[in-house]
Amino acid sequence: MASAFPPTRHSVIERLRKDDAAERSAAFGDLVEGYWQPVYKHLRATWRMTPEDAQDLTQAFFSDAFQKAWLEKYEPGKARFRTFVRVCVDRFAMNSRQASGRAKRGGDIRLVSLDFDRAEQEVRALALSAPADAEDFFRHEFVRSLFGRAVTEARAEMERTGRLVHFRLFERYDLDPDDHTSYAALAAEFGLTESQVTNYLSLVRRTFRAHALIALRGLCGTDDEYRREARELFGLEIE
Amino acid sequence: MTVTFLSDDVMSRLQAVATWPNFDGLRYTIIDEIGRGGMGAVYRGLDDVLGREVAIKVSNGVPGAELERRLNDEARILATLEHPGIVPVHDVGRLADGRLFYVMKRVRGATLPEHLAGVTSLSEKLGIFERVCDAVNFAHAHGVVHRDLKPDNIMIGEFGEVLVMDWGIAQTAGSGDRDIVLGTRGFMAPEQERAESTDARADVYSLGAVLSWLCGGSGAPRPLGAISARAMAAEPSSRYSTALALSSDVARFRAGHAVDAHRESLLERTGRFARTYRTAIILVAAYLVMRILAAYFSGARS
Repeated sequence: MASAFPPTRHSVIERLRKDDAAERSAAFGDLVEGYWQPVYKHLRATWRMTPEDAQDLTQAFFSDAFQKAWLEKYEPGKARFRTFVRVCVDRFAMNSRQASGRAKRGGDIRLVSLDFDRAEQEVRALALSAPADAEDFFRHEFVRSLFGRAVTEARAEMERTGRLVHFRLFERYDLDPDDHTSYAALAAEFGLTESQVTNYLSLVRRTFRAHALIALRGLCGTDDEYRREARELFGLEIE
Repeated sequence: MTVTFLSDDVMSRLQAVATWPNFDGLRYTIIDEIGRGGMGAVYRGLDDVLGREVAIKVSNGVPGAELERRLNDEARILATLEHPGIVPVHDVGRLADGRLFYVMKRVRGATLPEHLAGVTSLSEKLGIFERVCDAVNFAHAHGVVHRDLKPDNIMIGEFGEVLVMDWGIAQTAGSGDRDIVLGTRGFMAPEQERAESTDARADVYSLGAVLSWLCGGSGAPRPLGAISARAMAAEPSSRYSTALALSSDVARFRAGHAVDAHRESLLERTGRFARTYRTAIILVAAYLVMRILAAYFSGARS
């Protein structure tokens, strides 16, 4: 099971700068997985692009970034890595518009699967409007993607370890905002004691947080940035 | 990997859950967050060893910081005040990240404003107030001044128990936070607002403000208005000297007696006499009417 704190792992920039092509490719895959949804939604909401243009540009952006290695030029002293990515996207979108009047189709990203249909469903479900602050919006979507991944990982871990009931409780209590059910009601429904409900939920929440931290670690530019993000998101002081 | 879609509501929920303190290796498990203040957050928790629900207050501050000192002081003060109107402390400890926490009884009930939404009887309100005064007076007798008495810091338990909460800025004799204004405006004594030294009479002032709030401010009966006014006198020496003296005056009002804070006119005294002895007066009047009627009819027959 994931522990409360993630194992030591290099920052995304350190991994992207590795000579080992496989390692570099894996690092880029992690980066794309963590950022493609915020990038896509940013293009849809802030740039008011059509779904097709936003999909093309998202693919093109990551392809270009991988081939030309310009995300590796990140300088930690200037901004957070997340902000750097967002600014790069903005520049890329502006250049694309100036170059052809429309987003050009990029090379396919084979590192991870980009489920644009699902992302577009989310865009519609959220009824995204042009954000007042692009940076806040990008951060919000980054956190949504991060938490979504952590929930998926937590579910997988609970399944792997034969604790599906634990996850079902988590779904019912924490992931269903319309359902204000009590621990007592859950205990009756699942044939557990209230203490068991408390402990099971606690375990899944800890697992969720651990996976969120692991994912966060892989998406921050530096250790300092990771510590800052962890403090802001989870109230954690990480040594 | 298919990423789970999370709505904004779920994100907020998970964000809150993710910031809950980590009690790994300790005997407590967090159930939910109850509230959050300047000093820290209070959680509903489970004591895994005893299998009972507790309330856990966790410091916001880093170890050694001022906020932590306050939380520590609060726990120690509560531990010295064993009274039915003051929440007992069960345990004090540190989280793995170094933050201080203390564990207290979990109070199930409502804050005073919530509770009063369903209470119209002035007598019941005053009964609650007297019990608040009892707890505060007990603290004063042990050298502790609360310094943040207000309706939100009073809880009414499921069985009608009245509890004075949030002793986070309480001070013991000889300690204090001179030059720092702590408290709640509207309920805070003027000397406290000026960051001067305070004593038990600062709490008497706050109790007067609570009484005024309870009785609806200017709409309160005149004797109660006078009691509040005396408790809230600008000069500490003009206030009731103790919470007990204040409570006793309220009890006198409730019993239908004259109160120390208010000199009655003849009309008021007569009115109070009539209200206090209404039943006896009605009975005597009825008896007299019957006697008169009986005398009249017997005279008419003869």
